Amino acid sequence: MKASPAPLSSAFRQALSEAWAGGSGLLLPLGFFAGTAMLIPFSLGSDAELLARIGPGVLWLALALASMVTLERVFQADLQDGALDLWIQSGDSISLIAASKTFAHWLISGLPLVILTPAIGYMLGVPMSEMLPAMLGYAMGGITFFLWGGVAAALAASVARAGLLIAVIALPFYVPAIIFGVRVAEEGLNGVGLPFLGASMLFALGVAPPAMGAALRLAAE
Amino acid sequence: MWSFLANPHRFMGFSRLAVPICFAIGALLIGWSLYNGLMVVPPDEAQGGDLMRAMFTHVPSAWLCMGLYAGLAAASFVWFVWRHELADVAARAIAPIGAGYTALCFVTGAIWGQKGWGQGWHNLILGDSRLMSVLVLFFLFLGYIALRAAMETRQKAAKAGAILAMVGLINVPIIKVSVDLWETTTIHQPSSVIRIGGAPEGAEAEEGQGMNPMYLQQLLWGFGGHGLLASALIFMLMRAEIYSQRSDRLLAARLEES
Repeated sequence: MKASPAPLSSAFRQALSEAWAGGSGLLLPLGFFAGTAMLIPFSLGSDAELLARIGPGVLWLALALASMVTLERVFQADLQDGALDLWIQSGDSISLIAASKTFAHWLISGLPLVILTPAIGYMLGVPMSEMLPAMLGYAMGGITFFLWGGVAAALAASVARAGLLIAVIALPFYVPAIIFGVRVAEEGLNGVGLPFLGASMLFALGVAPPAMGAALRLAAE
Repeated sequence: MWSFLANPHRFMGFSRLAVPICFAIGALLIGWSLYNGLMVVPPDEAQGGDLMRAMFTHVPSAWLCMGLYAGLAAASFVWFVWRHELADVAARAIAPIGAGYTALCFVTGAIWGQKGWGQGWHNLILGDSRLMSVLVLFFLFLGYIALRAAMETRQKAAKAGAILAMVGLINVPIIKVSVDLWETTTIHQPSSVIRIGGAPEGAEAEEGQGMNPMYLQQLLWGFGGHGLLASALIFMLMRAEIYSQRSDRLLAARLEES
């Protein structure tokens, strides 16, 4: 029997290559965040002090929306093309596969914000000393977002046009990561925000994958 | 008692009696606490004068909505582990009632806070951390209801709902901590019903004694009344669901015969 690639790594690579297959690679998500940053001064006015204070908060909304947009299709596509059934038959842990897919999607649509943070922050006039904490906040907060959003997406995998449903389910779960993440950016690496953000990310890493696994098994029934 | 009621037939017999009794006593208690709260007790000027009378609905509904979410998750857990159909019927029935009580708690809190804390109405609703945690709870209920409604079959709705409710419950403490840490301008007073260990630092000596028993009594009547009212409503929804399941089964049997 020909050895097939392990489901875990193939699911991860498939998720990454799907993003590249459009031909745009990382340019598209980078463009999304840069475009959102462009809209910030138009929606809030050009008051420099206000922009530096509120601008980074608006980017949290952009990150939350980016997770929604990409997660809607993650598991739905696998359900429709039968990949999900094959994973379940393979006997590998669905939870791990789901976690690796979520991680791949974070790499594609969450990480670009972290990369862009210095540029956007510079344009908004955020002090340089706040840049590293802000990047850490977006990175860890983004992973937390994608994990909880992944639970919602897995639960709604069998529902057609689930975009808004996923948003309503997942948004309350985003609250802690946003609050802690904003605090990390405000008070730097020595404040109380960083351990709390790390703890909530680790908690999501522990709880979300089993929930995604259970939800995906349900969707495949 | 729970295993006794777990049988749908016995539950129907029990709830046939329980619904009117809970309704009657609940209405009496709510009426008594509202009459006393709105007419009899003097307004506490420090808490916003007459507006503080919203408290007699606000505090019981705040206690209830948290309890109802825990109840929803507990029912979900029982269904998830033991596949007990009645537990799912209960979870399904608790959700809209819980959402209603979170909304009630939020609205009465906003009315009370409108003047009580000396702030304008608009910057209070989305600016107070304790009201915000209630709002998040409302969205947790809403997501649960929306997810169930989107599922094709009862079985799928039950399972997806159970997973969501359990994941939600273990998140509630974290959300609570984070919203408390958010501390923009918490205008809400700290919990003052039961105060163990004397006054919090900086509070006046008079406040340290906890709530005036005159008010506390009305709160407890109100809590009992709303608890009974919520139970009656939940039992009614459960009865309706059981009837609808029975009629579905009868219909299916008919179709098979013909």
